[in-house]
Amino acid sequence: MRRKRALFSFARFLGVLVKEFIQMKRDRVTFGMMIGIPVMQLLLFGYAIDTDPHNLPTLIEVADESPVVRSLTAAMDTSDYFDFIGIVTSEAEGVEALKDGMASVILTVPPAFERDMIRGLVPEILLTVDASDPVAASGAIGAMSGVVETAMAQSLTGALSGSASTDAPFDLIVHRAFNAEQETSTNIVPGLLAIILSMTMILITAVAIVRESEKGTMESLIATPVLASEVMLGKILPYVFVGYVQTFVFLLAARALFDVPFSGSFLAFFAGFNLYIVVNLAIGFLVSTLARTQMQAMQLSFFTILPTVLLSGFMFPFAAMPGWAQALGTAIPATHFLRLVRKVMLKGAGLPEVAGNMGAIAVILLIVVVVALRRYRQTLD
Amino acid sequence: MTRELAISVTGLTKIFGDRKVVDGFDMEVAKGTIYGFLGPNGSGKTTTIRMMCGLLTPDGGEGQCLGLDIIRDSREIKKRVGYMTQKFSLYEDLTIAENLDFVARMFGMKNRKAIVAEAVRDLGLEGRAGQLAGTLSGGWKQRLALAACMIHNPDLLLLDEPTAGVDPKARRDFWDEIRRLAAKGVTVLVSTHYMDEAVQCDHIAYIAYGKKLIDGAANAIPGQIGLSTFVVTGPELTALEDRLEAEGAAGQVIRFGAELHVSGTDRAALVALAERERARGSHEWTEKRAGLEEAFIYLMAGAKDNFGAEVAG
Repeated sequence: MRRKRALFSFARFLGVLVKEFIQMKRDRVTFGMMIGIPVMQLLLFGYAIDTDPHNLPTLIEVADESPVVRSLTAAMDTSDYFDFIGIVTSEAEGVEALKDGMASVILTVPPAFERDMIRGLVPEILLTVDASDPVAASGAIGAMSGVVETAMAQSLTGALSGSASTDAPFDLIVHRAFNAEQETSTNIVPGLLAIILSMTMILITAVAIVRESEKGTMESLIATPVLASEVMLGKILPYVFVGYVQTFVFLLAARALFDVPFSGSFLAFFAGFNLYIVVNLAIGFLVSTLARTQMQAMQLSFFTILPTVLLSGFMFPFAAMPGWAQALGTAIPATHFLRLVRKVMLKGAGLPEVAGNMGAIAVILLIVVVVALRRYRQTLD
Repeated sequence: MTRELAISVTGLTKIFGDRKVVDGFDMEVAKGTIYGFLGPNGSGKTTTIRMMCGLLTPDGGEGQCLGLDIIRDSREIKKRVGYMTQKFSLYEDLTIAENLDFVARMFGMKNRKAIVAEAVRDLGLEGRAGQLAGTLSGGWKQRLALAACMIHNPDLLLLDEPTAGVDPKARRDFWDEIRRLAAKGVTVLVSTHYMDEAVQCDHIAYIAYGKKLIDGAANAIPGQIGLSTFVVTGPELTALEDRLEAEGAAGQVIRFGAELHVSGTDRAALVALAERERARGSHEWTEKRAGLEEAFIYLMAGAKDNFGAEVAG
């Protein structure tokens, strides 16, 4: 079809923008949600997700009541990674306790442990860890080596001081080990910003746009001379503003509640953050062109949020994922923003270090915008 | 007719999937007239209106609207057309004034404040300009929607079932307004289900299953079909209706409250039937001019249903 080219009108764009702000102001629930979500998520994730867990319920199966063993268990207890809850007399009893979740860790010390140690026989103690929660398990295992060192330093004096010179007076055997990237709350919190922005920006934009077609107002709107680009910009910009507010609230809370550092360049953060907001809004716009109802828009938004949480490196270490999952993860803007934020906030990076991450987001943005504008219908066909 | 044409289209066709929703539609509308679209639900009225204002691209056909090509110049046409949708399509969470202001911005109106204030005053809603549109009653919503699509002084007004679900008083007021606008030279294209509205139009097109069955001046249409009608009054009309239909001698038997309207194109046969029935003495048979309603029901019965019951609007 040959159609005459039409020029972008700033006045019409402004009209859409103003209208969108008024509607946002009237919709108190959504507005409250936009501000409430960052804080709520931060509290939930920040406090509830502790990937360096403490106070793991621990049982001991000790066949040797020697001073060395006593000082070992005392060191474990004071490390506060382990919380001794009792003594088992047989292996079967211990396995049962692990199975029903009574205990997460079982320490098994063989008979004549101290005697064998003095004789230089390098006896073995066994640490059985419930690895069904791999992150928790790895925390406990990581803590154990420190505990052993402390215990040895304390007990290997006097009569046993001769053994102190040898490297390992006994072997610590770990049952069911699991290696996960050590995540701490300082690491989780910046990543959470990527997830929250993605969640709210995509969802709210998609719903705001689909609402027009569902309520029938889109029909009137496109019967006016307004252009697709004017509608898109006018509807999206108010939510950029929302993204700013969310991030501000989030950073404030992260600082106050979790003492998360911000060691890098603010400019690098700001640049990456703007780009990230825009890419998410564009995805929201794309979602809105696929959905017919607000309900569908909601479902589709959640559909995009799941991979964002699972494949971006937020939940699981990116390096530990199989190749195909990494490929998928690379296509997700959150993956790159997450790296950017961690680099800037935790590692003190500046603009040059995050240029690669921004480039990746920009490529995704370009693709999304092209697809979204092609899908946006200026007519009802 | 030498009057200036606001719309002139030929062979307008729209296909959704494998269904021709509008099939080879021709129409000429003179400037300043009220042109009514009649037809059952899903007959293609809305689709035709949407094609006129550039919301849908026709799959076939050509024509001009306000002197502009309906396919090439749809954006220019949009600037000069006011379109009122079937469903209330202003923002319920914006106030009356905000809605009008938004539409004025979309059409790039200068001096918006004054225009909006005037529109609010014309509506008689001065004290309520700050009220949310969603809280208005059906009749007021429809008047607001009309004010919104008139805000840029369009030359052509497209109204898609504007009075659906509106009370009779509000409907009458609405039509008074439409006639005032037409008198000022605005061309109005309106679709409706109501016969009492149809007779208010200068010209009517009857559409069924995407095809135009007939068009003409409202009062000329029954004559065009050549329909004769007898009005029957008396006791036990239902039994009579059943009997007449079983005999099949009468063309079309319709119940209108306490009357039966028996219509057909063969006047001689109808007169003979009336004579025979009068002889039984139970009912009164009076000949009258066939009305629009009989005419359209007659047309409907003869129209070929080419895509079943489920049809898009």
